[in-house]
Amino acid sequence: MKLTPILAGVAGAVLLSVAVQAQTTLTIATVNNGDMIRMQKLTDDFTKQNPDIALNWVTLEENVLRQRVTTDIATKGGQFDIMTIGTYEVPIWAKQGWLLPLDNLGADYDVNDLLPAIRGGLSMDGKLFAAPFYGESSMVMYRTDLMEKAGLTMPDAPTWDFIKQAADAMTDRANGINGICLRGKAGWGENMAFLTAMANSFGARWFDMDWKPQFDTKAWHDTLQFYVDLMNADGPEGASSNGFNENLALFQQGKCGMWIDATVAASFVTNPKDSTVADKVGFALAPDKGLGKRSNWLWAWSLAVPAGTQHADAAQKFISWATSKHYLELVASKEGWANVPPGTRTSLYENPEYAKVPFAKMTLDSINSADPTHPTVDPVPYVGVQFAAIPEFQGIATTVGQSFSAALAGQMSVDDALAQAQTAADREMMAAGYY
Amino acid sequence: MATAHTRTLSRFMMSPAVLLLFLWMIVPLSMTLFFSFQRYNLLHPERQRFGGFFNYSFFVTDPAFFAAISNTLILVGGVLAITIIGGILLALLLDQPIFGQGIVRILFISPFFVMPTVSALVWKNMLMNPVFGIFANMSMGLGLKPIDWLADFPLLSIVIIVAWQWLPFATLILLTALQSLDEEQKEASEMDGANFANRFVFIVLPHLARAITVVILIETIFLLSVFAEILVTTNGGPGVQSTNLTFLIYGRALLNFDIGGASAGGVIAIILANIVAIFLMRMIGRNLEA
Repeated sequence: MKLTPILAGVAGAVLLSVAVQAQTTLTIATVNNGDMIRMQKLTDDFTKQNPDIALNWVTLEENVLRQRVTTDIATKGGQFDIMTIGTYEVPIWAKQGWLLPLDNLGADYDVNDLLPAIRGGLSMDGKLFAAPFYGESSMVMYRTDLMEKAGLTMPDAPTWDFIKQAADAMTDRANGINGICLRGKAGWGENMAFLTAMANSFGARWFDMDWKPQFDTKAWHDTLQFYVDLMNADGPEGASSNGFNENLALFQQGKCGMWIDATVAASFVTNPKDSTVADKVGFALAPDKGLGKRSNWLWAWSLAVPAGTQHADAAQKFISWATSKHYLELVASKEGWANVPPGTRTSLYENPEYAKVPFAKMTLDSINSADPTHPTVDPVPYVGVQFAAIPEFQGIATTVGQSFSAALAGQMSVDDALAQAQTAADREMMAAGYY
Repeated sequence: MATAHTRTLSRFMMSPAVLLLFLWMIVPLSMTLFFSFQRYNLLHPERQRFGGFFNYSFFVTDPAFFAAISNTLILVGGVLAITIIGGILLALLLDQPIFGQGIVRILFISPFFVMPTVSALVWKNMLMNPVFGIFANMSMGLGLKPIDWLADFPLLSIVIIVAWQWLPFATLILLTALQSLDEEQKEASEMDGANFANRFVFIVLPHLARAITVVILIETIFLLSVFAEILVTTNGGPGVQSTNLTFLIYGRALLNFDIGGASAGGVIAIILANIVAIFLMRMIGRNLEA
């Protein structure tokens, strides 16, 4: 009979699907950063303890990740059980009721051990909505040998004027040494993260208390002019398309005297396997302008559970594992303390083993000196250091980032770039109904 | 012979396919139209409401809108010019009997089979990069300052990348057309004393006219919606210098999460594409009927 094989096939498929259902599969959207990739390699430890949970990774580049998870959660698509999101998304999404509170992380999780600045950014009404996987601020990384050659000493807390002086002194075009490397690639998480944090130290702000954009102010003009002048004099070729990874490569190859960027970069530039300058790197706090705010940001890549998931318990179990003290020890035992995901737990910085890592103290000091609730010199209606935690921000900052990138590339004057930024921001805020 | 009965039957049998195709077209289109009149931001679902023509006026008053339109036209025009002129020249060369003709032709066609994102990445990182790229290396070898292609000439760079992808297509079509040209006709004109230029202008080009029309039509359809190359290389920048209409709509949808605005942009793009299509058909459509 001809039907038999078909019936057998159907029966087989049914059996197979029953077998699959006995195991919970968690779909995890994550970003392609070094620390996240490392976690994927170490998940055997988790699946051994939880044989009933299988993990399905969707690893994406930052911008693509953001688009995928945002469209998924806003349309209640339910593709993911765990999402990797940042301190920008958490307050907005928690307010919309799109995230489940993490109230079931296990007895030994020790929520109070999380760094207060990071925990505050991920909580709403005292409830934690995302667990930090690693936290970062930004700081100055510099070449100790070049600094010495220039006859200067980097203070622990430099000013922008010192940075300019040092960059001028270190630049050596004949030998391919650029005094300073900074982000120039357009994007709200790229050049705008840096420039917004820098503008904070110059006394600028994104919006005044009536939500009016402030790009027509002198403080913004000073910021952008200083940045463009500095990069033109001492920056690398093609700076307007350099983001984090491009600058990392330049610094590792010894082409930068200084680099102001994420604190997590410290473990990459001091790793002798990848970096040609591993033993010649010093660290300092991000610069200031004497106005009481430094130009360092605060960010934490965090794991959250979208409200639409079918596997909330399993998802919390995984998050608890990935952000636990146990995981930090696991990484330390396999890859050494320098490669532990930094910036999330107080206990890590109290660990005498970790204190030996050259950048540990500067990372903690940088994180502690960022204040997302009071990011600017003048008062602002928003939360967030290198961003304003409103849904409109990423669209506006992307457009503004394009203008500023064009100003760096020399295709637009600083004044034109600021005027464009002001118009774009004003239009979006008006359309969104803020005024 | 078709009787009334069989004709009814055949219509009946065809209707599911026609219905499916109709739904395939009308559902997305009407949803786009619906959303284009809604004030709907994905991140503020609670604020969704009817917005009239707000999305349309917001989209066309965007300072980037006219830049995007002119970039779109420059991109289409530039790539068409390069692929057609280059395609004719290459087809003439490839039409000559040479050793290893098959392999040479395959080499010429292969860029067409490389995915747009991949070729854009190769151009960006291996060729046009001002530090690591081959072009930078060459100009440094000549003692010149390396050019930062994607920052200094963003639109030209994209035209070059896209033209590189479409040149083989044009060459392929034009080569087949050339091969269908009657040898005797060429010989006859040669005997009448026509030199190469005469033969090219009076015999080859008229013969190629229909093939050129096909290339223009097909390429225009695809080039109006170039996206991957821009996303991978310049992200529309610096400023809006390499933002085309497709990229502008993408920005509204996936960077601003403004569904209403992006839908309005989509409708505007449909209208503009139709205007271009009407002009094209008017200008060159006669060629196809002849």
